[in-house]
Amino acid sequence: MSTPLTALSIRGLAKRFGTKIAVDGISLDVPAGSFFGIVGPNGAGKTTTLSMATGLLRPDFGTAVVHGVDVWAQPLQAKKLMGILPDGVRLFDRLSGEQLVTYAGLLRGMEREVVAARVGELLAAMDLSQDAGTLVVDYSAGMTKKIALASALIHAPRVLVLDEPFESVDPVSAANIRDILDRYVATGGTVIVSSHVMDLVQRMCDHVAVIAGGRILAAGTVDQVRAGASLEERFVQLVGGRSRTEGLEWLRTF
Amino acid sequence: MVAHLLRLKLTLLRNGLKRSPWQLVGLAFGGLYALGLVGMCVVLLVLLRQEDPGLAQTVVVLGGSAALLGWGIVPVVASAVDMTLDPARFTTSAVPMPQLLAGLALGGLIGLPGLATLLVALGTVVTWSRGVLPAVGALVGALLAVFTCVVFSRVVTTATASLAASRRFKDVSGIAFMVPLVLLGPITAGIFQGMAGSGAFLSELAGRISWTPLGAAWSLGGDVERGQAGPAGLKLLIAVATLAALSWCWKLLLERALVTPPYAGSSRRKGGRLGLFALLPGTPAGAITARALTYWFRDPRYSGSLVVIPLLPVVLAFQGSQTNDYGVLMITGPLTAFLLAWSISGDVSYDNTAFALHLAAGVRGVHDRLGRALACLAFALPTVLVLAIVPFFIMRDWAWWPSILGLSVGVLLTGLGLSSVVSARYTIAVPLPGDSPFKKPPGNVGQTLAVQFGGMGVLLVLVLPEAGLVLAQVLTGAPLFGWINLALGPVLGAALFIVGVRVGGRWLDARGPELLAQVTVNR
Repeated sequence: MSTPLTALSIRGLAKRFGTKIAVDGISLDVPAGSFFGIVGPNGAGKTTTLSMATGLLRPDFGTAVVHGVDVWAQPLQAKKLMGILPDGVRLFDRLSGEQLVTYAGLLRGMEREVVAARVGELLAAMDLSQDAGTLVVDYSAGMTKKIALASALIHAPRVLVLDEPFESVDPVSAANIRDILDRYVATGGTVIVSSHVMDLVQRMCDHVAVIAGGRILAAGTVDQVRAGASLEERFVQLVGGRSRTEGLEWLRTF
Repeated sequence: MVAHLLRLKLTLLRNGLKRSPWQLVGLAFGGLYALGLVGMCVVLLVLLRQEDPGLAQTVVVLGGSAALLGWGIVPVVASAVDMTLDPARFTTSAVPMPQLLAGLALGGLIGLPGLATLLVALGTVVTWSRGVLPAVGALVGALLAVFTCVVFSRVVTTATASLAASRRFKDVSGIAFMVPLVLLGPITAGIFQGMAGSGAFLSELAGRISWTPLGAAWSLGGDVERGQAGPAGLKLLIAVATLAALSWCWKLLLERALVTPPYAGSSRRKGGRLGLFALLPGTPAGAITARALTYWFRDPRYSGSLVVIPLLPVVLAFQGSQTNDYGVLMITGPLTAFLLAWSISGDVSYDNTAFALHLAAGVRGVHDRLGRALACLAFALPTVLVLAIVPFFIMRDWAWWPSILGLSVGVLLTGLGLSSVVSARYTIAVPLPGDSPFKKPPGNVGQTLAVQFGGMGVLLVLVLPEAGLVLAQVLTGAPLFGWINLALGPVLGAALFIVGVRVGGRWLDARGPELLAQVTVNR
């Protein structure tokens, strides 16, 4: 199924933690050059799915193929193609921002001169030049997210997998990052982002998949999925679980 | 409201214990330890009842003053202060200040240190129960003193809270605390020797201290017993004034702390300083070496263990000076080699989930292992060489140097190889990144013990050839065995080092994601 035009192809990925089935057979094709959003409520299995697709978490069943390379059969080759921003993992935060991005580049086996040039540009693009020598442990949450993103971009990957990239990032930096990602997609790169900010996904992405309870509820272009409604309305409709706003009468009795 | 705060504290304690049975075991051991200590102190105080009042007064005042000092100092340097009733958490609840103060002060008594201090303080009442008045005096003094302890510790922690929240202070104080801890043996021995020689000095010291806020409350019982009504009244005033002044300070500090968030800043620093990353080769293994070495000096969890190394010969030399046999110094080299080599056996556990970067970047296992092992070797080899040779200058007996040097280098290289294998497969419970090196780590204690002891057992087997040669020299006295050891240690060690890095690398390639999943549990 994976043609050269498919950046990431997932087939029947499943993962169980103890008795809880976190991901229940997800199959998905991400076209090359697309800006692909993955949305879902908390605990839907977004992070688990992305971890399995990027080689960080071994799936119980299923395969993930990046540009024709099987992630779990040839992990080293597949990881060369991917830039990953995992959610909820620590960084080597006793390094300065500059050292951390340099480290990420050298780990990928890049030339030192290339790394040095790119680190300078990335830090400038992320508006972190003034804090390049500050230890990452002293960064704010938003700055930490940005430096992690810079570490994921350093080797110019063909596919970017970003788990909650805009969490606690200030609006100006978020706009800058979106510009970077838009230009990256325009030149043929593929971006996969997970988020639960529907507005953002609707404005930013051209494709979207809705995940809940470890399954895909809908997938396709943003216009196909939202079918005339706003993405948020459609999402609530698909996922369900809106509690009726009865009760709490006392809240209006002040 | 005060009762409410106390109930909250008890509920927090109970729920903390419910979370894991190990917590309960920890409290039980801590409780037993404290109970033993308290029991000893109380027995001592009861025995003092029969002694000369002057001696009893000296012991009670000096001991009490030391306890008060301890309450002030220990929470700051150990960053171990019990923050379950952190005043910052009550910012939004609008508790009236007097009730908050009383509740927090009484809450400070719940917990091992508080209860222990209270019990021992009440023990002084027994010491002075030589009449009704002295007993009453001692009781008043004990209660005053205990509350002074609690309030003093709160004042100190509140005053340093913004300081203690800064990362740099935490790092430095955590390491600084290592030094007295390691030197505890020599220091206490020195104090006892000093004490034995100067009983008169101590009683005079106690007399002086009893006029200061430190000892005033503790001296009430003794002064009443000796019929010194005037001084006793003055000291009561001093003690009450001390408690009042400290409470007032605490109130001011708390009021300020409730409206000012802790200082978190550190100045922005521009880049351009790549440090070791610019010096070492720009390859994956070179970068990992640079990163690991940077951590050895910047992360207190690593550098804390470095501080121990120079203190090790000091402790051993002290041991030697006691018995006038410096032979024990010879084990400095092998012991240092073992400690340093074994210190990277939990390297991936120390990384915690930051290890995801290695996995995401597709680092080859063998590069990962080699980088970490070389970082440790870079400073461990010179250190071990020096510490293996220097004792012979002190002992002026050179018969053993080839054997000890061979053993030391063998242990270091073999240990690094084994550590590379162990940390590629097993995780152990270690303090989380950013936590104090003394903080009780989360995670499976059973597995940690199994991995640690199992690993050490294997290491013991692997260095049997070197150890056997040392033994052979002991038995036969033939220096030849020493020279063989000098050659065998490095060669065998290097071989095992290479094997360890290779095997560890292969395991890491095969099980990287599983390892990440294991450290994720202890996030």
